[in-house]
Amino acid sequence: MIAAGTPLKVSIAATLASLVLLLVVFELIRSRRLRERYALLWLLTGIVLVVLSAWRGGLNTIAGWLGVRGYPPAVLFAVGLLFVILVLLHYSTVISRLSDQNVVLAQRLALLEERLNERRERRS
Amino acid sequence: MSAEPRRIAIVPAYNEERAIGRVVAELREFDPGLDVVVVSDGSVDGTAAAAAAAGAIVVRLPFNLGIGGAVQTGFRYAWEHGYDLAVRCDGDGQHVPAELPKVIKPVLDGEADIAVGSRFAGGEGYRSSASRRIGIRVLALVVSTIARQRVTDTTSGFQALNRRALELFAADYPHDYPEVEGMVMTIKHRLRLREVPVQMREREHGRSSITALRSVYYMAKVLVALFVGLFRRNVVPMEEG
Repeated sequence: MIAAGTPLKVSIAATLASLVLLLVVFELIRSRRLRERYALLWLLTGIVLVVLSAWRGGLNTIAGWLGVRGYPPAVLFAVGLLFVILVLLHYSTVISRLSDQNVVLAQRLALLEERLNERRERRS
Repeated sequence: MSAEPRRIAIVPAYNEERAIGRVVAELREFDPGLDVVVVSDGSVDGTAAAAAAAGAIVVRLPFNLGIGGAVQTGFRYAWEHGYDLAVRCDGDGQHVPAELPKVIKPVLDGEADIAVGSRFAGGEGYRSSASRRIGIRVLALVVSTIARQRVTDTTSGFQALNRRALELFAADYPHDYPEVEGMVMTIKHRLRLREVPVQMREREHGRSSITALRSVYYMAKVLVALFVGLFRRNVVPMEEG
Protein backbone atom coordinates (compact mmCIF):
# COMPACT_ATOMS: atom_id res chain seq x y z
CA MET A 1 0.00 0.00 0.00
CA ILE A 2 1.40 3.35 -1.02
CA ALA A 3 -1.02 5.74 0.68
CA ALA A 4 -2.25 5.08 4.21
CA GLY A 5 -5.67 3.39 4.45
CA THR A 6 -8.63 4.13 6.71
CA PRO A 7 -8.38 2.43 10.11
CA LEU A 8 -11.23 -0.05 10.65
CA LYS A 9 -12.23 1.46 13.99
CA VAL A 10 -12.62 4.88 12.40
CA SER A 11 -14.87 3.43 9.71
CA ILE A 12 -17.06 1.66 12.25
CA ALA A 13 -17.36 4.67 14.53
CA ALA A 14 -18.09 7.05 11.64
CA THR A 15 -20.69 4.69 10.16
CA LEU A 16 -22.46 4.34 13.49
CA ALA A 17 -22.45 8.11 14.05
CA SER A 18 -23.89 8.80 10.58
CA LEU A 19 -26.57 6.14 11.07
CA VAL A 20 -27.55 7.77 14.37
CA LEU A 21 -27.81 11.11 12.54
CA LEU A 22 -30.10 9.54 9.93
CA LEU A 23 -32.26 7.92 12.60
CA VAL A 24 -32.63 11.17 14.53
CA VAL A 25 -33.62 13.05 11.37
CA PHE A 26 -36.13 10.33 10.48
CA GLU A 27 -37.68 10.45 13.96
CA LEU A 28 -37.89 14.26 13.84
CA ILE A 29 -39.79 14.12 10.54
CA ARG A 30 -42.03 11.33 11.79
CA SER A 31 -43.00 13.25 14.91
CA ARG A 32 -43.61 16.38 12.79
CA ARG A 33 -40.89 18.44 14.43
CA LEU A 34 -39.01 18.74 11.15
CA ARG A 35 -40.62 19.39 7.79
CA GLU A 36 -39.54 17.35 4.78
CA ARG A 37 -38.59 20.58 3.03
CA TYR A 38 -35.90 21.30 5.61
CA ALA A 39 -34.99 17.65 6.15
CA LEU A 40 -33.85 16.80 2.63
CA LEU A 41 -30.44 18.41 3.08
CA TRP A 42 -29.95 16.61 6.40
CA LEU A 43 -30.93 13.28 4.86
CA LEU A 44 -28.49 13.86 2.01
CA THR A 45 -25.76 14.69 4.55
CA GLY A 46 -26.46 11.50 6.48
CA ILE A 47 -26.54 9.30 3.39
CA VAL A 48 -23.30 10.70 1.96
CA LEU A 49 -21.54 10.29 5.32
CA VAL A 50 -22.80 6.72 5.76
CA VAL A 51 -21.60 5.77 2.29
CA LEU A 52 -18.18 7.37 2.71
CA SER A 53 -17.73 5.88 6.19
CA ALA A 54 -18.75 2.33 5.35
CA TRP A 55 -17.20 2.12 1.89
CA ARG A 56 -13.53 2.19 2.87
CA GLY A 57 -12.15 1.67 -0.62
CA GLY A 58 -14.19 4.60 -1.89
CA LEU A 59 -12.95 6.91 0.84
CA ASN A 60 -9.33 5.95 0.17
CA THR A 61 -9.79 6.50 -3.58
CA ILE A 62 -11.40 9.91 -3.12
CA ALA A 63 -8.64 10.85 -0.65
CA GLY A 64 -6.14 9.87 -3.36
CA TRP A 65 -7.87 12.09 -5.95
CA LEU A 66 -7.83 15.02 -3.56
CA GLY A 67 -4.17 14.49 -2.74
CA VAL A 68 -4.83 13.58 0.89
CA ARG A 69 -1.93 11.19 1.41
CA GLY A 70 -1.52 10.82 5.14
CA TYR A 71 -4.94 10.21 6.62
CA PRO A 72 -7.95 9.43 4.35
CA PRO A 73 -10.63 9.97 7.07
CA ALA A 74 -9.74 13.69 6.85
CA VAL A 75 -11.98 13.63 3.76
CA LEU A 76 -14.88 12.73 6.06
CA PHE A 77 -14.26 15.90 8.04
CA ALA A 78 -14.08 17.97 4.86
CA VAL A 79 -17.31 16.52 3.44
CA GLY A 80 -19.10 16.84 6.79
CA LEU A 81 -17.98 20.46 7.09
CA LEU A 82 -19.09 21.22 3.54
CA PHE A 83 -22.58 19.93 4.27
CA VAL A 84 -22.78 21.83 7.57
CA ILE A 85 -21.94 25.03 5.68
CA LEU A 86 -24.65 24.25 3.10
CA VAL A 87 -27.24 23.61 5.82
CA LEU A 88 -26.31 26.84 7.63
CA LEU A 89 -26.51 28.85 4.44
CA HIS A 90 -29.89 27.32 3.71
CA TYR A 91 -31.09 28.25 7.18
CA SER A 92 -29.90 31.82 6.75
CA THR A 93 -32.12 32.18 3.70
CA VAL A 94 -35.02 30.56 5.55
CA ILE A 95 -34.63 32.92 8.52
CA SER A 96 -34.46 35.94 6.22
CA ARG A 97 -37.70 34.93 4.56
CA LEU A 98 -39.38 34.25 7.91
CA SER A 99 -38.44 37.64 9.33
CA ASP A 100 -39.74 39.42 6.22
CA GLN A 101 -43.02 37.54 6.55
CA ASN A 102 -43.17 38.30 10.25
CA VAL A 103 -43.05 42.03 9.51
CA VAL A 104 -45.88 41.67 6.98
CA LEU A 105 -47.96 39.68 9.49
CA ALA A 106 -47.48 42.23 12.28
CA GLN A 107 -48.43 45.09 9.96
CA ARG A 108 -51.47 43.29 8.65
CA LEU A 109 -52.59 42.44 12.19
CA ALA A 110 -52.14 46.02 13.44
CA LEU A 111 -54.10 47.43 10.50
CA LEU A 112 -56.91 44.92 11.03
CA GLU A 113 -57.06 45.75 14.73
CA GLU A 114 -57.28 49.45 13.94
CA ARG A 115 -60.09 48.83 11.46
CA LEU A 116 -61.95 46.70 14.02
CA ASN A 117 -61.61 49.37 16.74
CA GLU A 118 -62.80 52.09 14.39
CA ARG A 119 -65.88 50.07 13.51
CA ARG A 120 -66.61 49.32 17.17
CA GLU A 121 -66.35 53.01 18.13
CA ARG A 122 -68.62 54.06 15.31
CA ARG A 123 -71.25 51.59 16.50
CA SER A 124 -71.22 52.73 20.14
CA MET B 1 -77.54 15.63 4.69
CA SER B 2 -81.03 17.02 4.66
CA ALA B 3 -82.54 18.63 1.58
CA GLU B 4 -79.92 20.55 -0.37
CA PRO B 5 -76.41 20.12 0.95
CA ARG B 6 -74.57 23.39 1.50
CA ARG B 7 -71.77 23.40 -1.03
CA ILE B 8 -68.75 25.50 -1.74
CA ALA B 9 -66.03 25.64 -4.37
CA ILE B 10 -62.50 26.31 -3.13
CA VAL B 11 -60.26 27.98 -5.69
CA PRO B 12 -56.62 28.67 -4.80
CA ALA B 13 -55.14 31.35 -7.04
CA TYR B 14 -51.71 32.90 -7.34
CA ASN B 15 -51.51 35.78 -9.80
CA GLU B 16 -54.36 34.55 -11.98
CA GLU B 17 -56.12 37.88 -12.62
CA ARG B 18 -56.67 37.04 -16.29
CA ALA B 19 -58.29 33.65 -15.69
CA ILE B 20 -59.90 33.88 -12.25
CA GLY B 21 -62.93 35.98 -13.22
CA ARG B 22 -64.04 33.48 -15.81
CA VAL B 23 -63.39 30.52 -13.50
CA VAL B 24 -65.62 32.05 -10.80
CA ALA B 25 -68.31 33.10 -13.29
CA GLU B 26 -68.42 29.62 -14.85
CA LEU B 27 -68.72 27.94 -11.45
CA ARG B 28 -71.56 30.21 -10.37
CA GLU B 29 -73.32 29.85 -13.69
CA PHE B 30 -73.04 26.09 -13.50
CA ASP B 31 -74.62 25.91 -10.03
CA PRO B 32 -76.13 29.10 -8.54
CA GLY B 33 -76.34 27.39 -5.13
CA LEU B 34 -72.59 26.88 -5.09
CA ASP B 35 -70.65 29.43 -3.04
CA VAL B 36 -67.18 30.16 -4.35
CA VAL B 37 -64.26 31.06 -2.12
CA VAL B 38 -61.11 32.23 -3.86
CA VAL B 39 -57.95 32.03 -1.77
CA SER B 40 -55.53 34.57 -3.22
CA ASP B 41 -52.15 33.21 -2.19
CA GLY B 42 -50.18 36.42 -1.82
CA SER B 43 -51.02 37.49 -5.37
CA VAL B 44 -49.48 40.78 -6.46
CA ASP B 45 -51.81 41.38 -9.40
CA GLY B 46 -55.56 42.00 -9.49
CA THR B 47 -56.57 38.43 -8.61
CA ALA B 48 -58.53 39.33 -5.47
CA ALA B 49 -60.38 42.21 -7.15
CA ALA B 50 -61.22 40.16 -10.24
CA ALA B 51 -62.53 37.30 -8.10
CA ALA B 52 -64.64 39.60 -5.95
CA ALA B 53 -66.05 41.31 -9.04
CA ALA B 54 -67.17 37.93 -10.35
CA GLY B 55 -69.03 37.28 -7.10
CA ALA B 56 -66.63 35.14 -5.12
CA ILE B 57 -65.88 35.27 -1.41
CA VAL B 58 -62.23 36.31 -1.34
CA VAL B 59 -59.68 35.36 1.30
CA ARG B 60 -56.38 37.16 0.83
CA LEU B 61 -53.26 35.63 2.32
CA PRO B 62 -50.70 38.28 3.31
CA PHE B 63 -47.89 36.42 1.55
CA ASN B 64 -47.44 33.34 -0.58
CA LEU B 65 -47.94 30.17 1.46
CA GLY B 66 -47.70 27.77 -1.44
CA ILE B 67 -50.48 25.63 -2.82
CA GLY B 68 -50.92 23.44 0.29
CA GLY B 69 -51.31 26.37 2.67
CA ALA B 70 -53.68 28.15 0.29
CA VAL B 71 -55.93 25.15 -0.26
CA GLN B 72 -56.00 24.37 3.46
CA THR B 73 -57.16 27.95 4.11
CA GLY B 74 -60.11 27.12 1.88
CA PHE B 75 -60.75 23.83 3.68
CA ARG B 76 -60.73 25.65 7.03
CA TYR B 77 -63.14 28.25 5.71
CA ALA B 78 -65.51 25.52 4.48
CA TRP B 79 -65.20 23.56 7.72
CA GLU B 80 -65.75 26.54 10.02
CA HIS B 81 -68.72 27.77 8.00
CA GLY B 82 -70.41 24.38 8.14
CA TYR B 83 -70.45 23.40 4.48
CA ASP B 84 -71.46 19.81 3.74
CA LEU B 85 -69.65 19.48 0.45
CA ALA B 86 -66.58 21.18 -0.94
CA VAL B 87 -65.12 21.00 -4.39
CA ARG B 88 -61.63 22.13 -5.18
CA CYS B 89 -60.76 23.65 -8.55
CA ASP B 90 -57.61 25.32 -9.78
CA GLY B 91 -57.71 29.05 -10.47
CA ASP B 92 -56.14 28.80 -13.91
CA GLY B 93 -59.17 27.44 -15.74
CA GLN B 94 -57.96 23.89 -16.41
CA HIS B 95 -60.84 22.38 -14.47
CA VAL B 96 -64.11 22.56 -16.40
CA PRO B 97 -67.29 23.14 -14.35
CA ALA B 98 -69.23 20.93 -16.78
CA GLU B 99 -67.20 17.99 -15.45
CA LEU B 100 -68.09 18.80 -11.83
CA PRO B 101 -71.13 16.47 -11.57
CA LYS B 102 -68.90 13.46 -12.25
CA VAL B 103 -66.57 14.44 -9.41
CA ILE B 104 -69.35 15.33 -6.98
CA LYS B 105 -71.55 12.28 -7.60
CA PRO B 106 -69.66 9.61 -5.58
CA VAL B 107 -69.49 11.98 -2.60
CA LEU B 108 -73.15 13.02 -2.83
CA ASP B 109 -74.21 9.37 -3.12
CA GLY B 110 -72.24 8.60 0.03
CA GLU B 111 -69.93 6.19 -1.81
CA ALA B 112 -66.74 8.14 -1.18
CA ASP B 113 -65.40 10.74 1.24
CA ILE B 114 -63.12 12.18 -1.43
CA ALA B 115 -63.52 11.94 -5.17
CA VAL B 116 -60.65 12.94 -7.42
CA GLY B 117 -61.02 13.85 -11.08
CA SER B 118 -58.37 11.97 -13.04
CA ARG B 119 -57.00 12.97 -16.42
CA PHE B 120 -55.70 9.50 -17.09
CA ALA B 121 -58.35 7.12 -15.76
CA GLY B 122 -60.38 7.41 -18.94
CA GLY B 123 -57.38 7.31 -21.23
CA GLU B 124 -58.50 10.40 -23.08
CA GLY B 125 -56.02 12.88 -24.49
CA TYR B 126 -54.02 15.00 -22.12
CA ARG B 127 -50.70 16.15 -23.48
CA SER B 128 -47.67 16.34 -21.25
CA SER B 129 -43.88 16.17 -21.54
CA ALA B 130 -42.13 12.78 -21.34
CA SER B 131 -40.35 13.52 -18.06
CA ARG B 132 -43.58 14.59 -16.45
CA ARG B 133 -45.35 11.47 -17.69
CA ILE B 134 -42.66 9.28 -16.10
CA GLY B 135 -42.97 11.18 -12.82
CA ILE B 136 -46.73 10.80 -12.91
CA ARG B 137 -46.40 7.04 -13.56
CA VAL B 138 -43.94 6.53 -10.70
CA LEU B 139 -46.10 8.45 -8.23
CA ALA B 140 -49.24 6.62 -9.36
CA LEU B 141 -47.46 3.28 -8.84
CA VAL B 142 -46.17 4.22 -5.38
CA VAL B 143 -49.51 5.59 -4.19
CA SER B 144 -51.45 2.65 -5.67
CA THR B 145 -49.19 0.25 -3.79
CA ILE B 146 -49.58 2.06 -0.48
CA ALA B 147 -53.32 2.51 -0.98
CA ARG B 148 -53.90 -1.03 -2.28
CA GLN B 149 -56.22 0.65 -4.75
CA ARG B 150 -55.56 1.70 -8.32
CA VAL B 151 -54.83 5.40 -8.64
CA THR B 152 -53.84 7.05 -11.92
CA ASP B 153 -53.65 10.79 -11.30
CA THR B 154 -51.93 11.70 -8.04
CA THR B 155 -51.49 15.40 -8.79
CA SER B 156 -55.06 16.30 -9.67
CA GLY B 157 -56.45 19.29 -7.79
CA PHE B 158 -59.97 18.63 -9.11
CA GLN B 159 -61.61 17.07 -6.06
CA ALA B 160 -64.85 16.81 -4.12
CA LEU B 161 -64.87 16.30 -0.35
CA ASN B 162 -67.52 15.62 2.24
CA ARG B 163 -67.43 16.89 5.83
CA ARG B 164 -65.39 13.98 7.14
CA ALA B 165 -62.65 14.72 4.63
CA LEU B 166 -62.89 18.46 5.31
CA GLU B 167 -62.43 17.79 9.02
CA LEU B 168 -59.22 15.87 8.36
CA PHE B 169 -57.71 18.35 5.92
CA ALA B 170 -58.74 21.41 7.94
CA ALA B 171 -56.69 19.95 10.78
CA ASP B 172 -53.72 18.77 8.74
CA TYR B 173 -52.80 19.20 5.10
CA PRO B 174 -49.43 18.69 3.42
CA HIS B 175 -47.49 21.75 2.30
CA ASP B 176 -45.60 21.95 -0.94
CA TYR B 177 -47.28 19.59 -3.38
CA PRO B 178 -50.18 18.36 -1.32
CA GLU B 179 -52.28 16.18 -3.63
CA VAL B 180 -50.04 13.11 -3.56
CA GLU B 181 -49.55 13.09 0.20
CA GLY B 182 -53.20 14.03 0.65
CA MET B 183 -54.19 10.80 -1.11
CA VAL B 184 -52.04 8.72 1.21
CA MET B 185 -53.39 10.58 4.27
CA THR B 186 -56.90 9.84 3.05
CA ILE B 187 -56.18 6.12 2.90
CA LYS B 188 -54.32 6.07 6.22
CA HIS B 189 -57.28 7.67 7.97
CA ARG B 190 -59.58 5.08 6.39
CA LEU B 191 -61.51 7.57 4.36
CA ARG B 192 -62.91 6.28 1.09
CA LEU B 193 -61.13 7.60 -1.99
CA ARG B 194 -62.62 7.34 -5.45
CA GLU B 195 -61.11 8.35 -8.78
CA VAL B 196 -63.36 9.41 -11.61
CA PRO B 197 -62.27 10.04 -15.19
CA VAL B 198 -62.64 13.67 -16.27
CA GLN B 199 -61.38 15.86 -19.06
CA MET B 200 -59.34 18.93 -18.34
CA ARG B 201 -58.55 21.97 -20.43
CA GLU B 202 -55.04 22.97 -21.31
CA ARG B 203 -53.82 25.74 -19.04
CA GLU B 204 -54.92 29.12 -20.32
CA HIS B 205 -52.33 31.39 -18.75
CA GLY B 206 -49.13 30.83 -16.87
CA ARG B 207 -47.24 27.58 -16.47
CA SER B 208 -47.49 24.63 -14.15
CA SER B 209 -45.78 25.23 -10.83
CA ILE B 210 -43.66 22.13 -11.50
CA THR B 211 -40.80 23.05 -13.85
CA ALA B 212 -38.32 20.54 -15.24
CA LEU B 213 -35.50 21.58 -12.91
CA ARG B 214 -37.66 21.32 -9.85
CA SER B 215 -39.07 17.91 -10.60
CA VAL B 216 -36.12 15.97 -9.14
CA TYR B 217 -36.39 17.92 -5.89
CA TYR B 218 -40.15 17.43 -6.02
CA MET B 219 -39.90 13.65 -6.46
CA ALA B 220 -37.32 13.33 -3.69
CA LYS B 221 -39.42 15.38 -1.30
CA VAL B 222 -42.64 13.57 -2.08
CA LEU B 223 -41.08 10.12 -1.82
CA VAL B 224 -39.48 10.98 1.54
CA ALA B 225 -42.79 12.41 2.72
CA LEU B 226 -44.72 9.34 1.59
CA PHE B 227 -42.23 6.98 3.19
CA VAL B 228 -42.10 8.82 6.52
CA GLY B 229 -45.85 9.35 6.38
CA LEU B 230 -46.32 5.60 6.68
CA PHE B 231 -44.76 5.65 10.14
CA ARG B 232 -46.74 8.61 11.41
CA ARG B 233 -49.50 8.57 13.95
CA ASN B 234 -52.88 9.76 12.74
CA VAL B 235 -53.94 13.36 13.31
CA VAL B 236 -56.43 14.35 15.97
CA PRO B 237 -59.15 16.37 14.23
CA MET B 238 -59.87 19.99 15.22
CA GLU B 239 -62.84 21.01 17.23
CA GLU B 240 -65.70 22.42 15.24
CA GLY B 241 -65.39 26.20 14.97
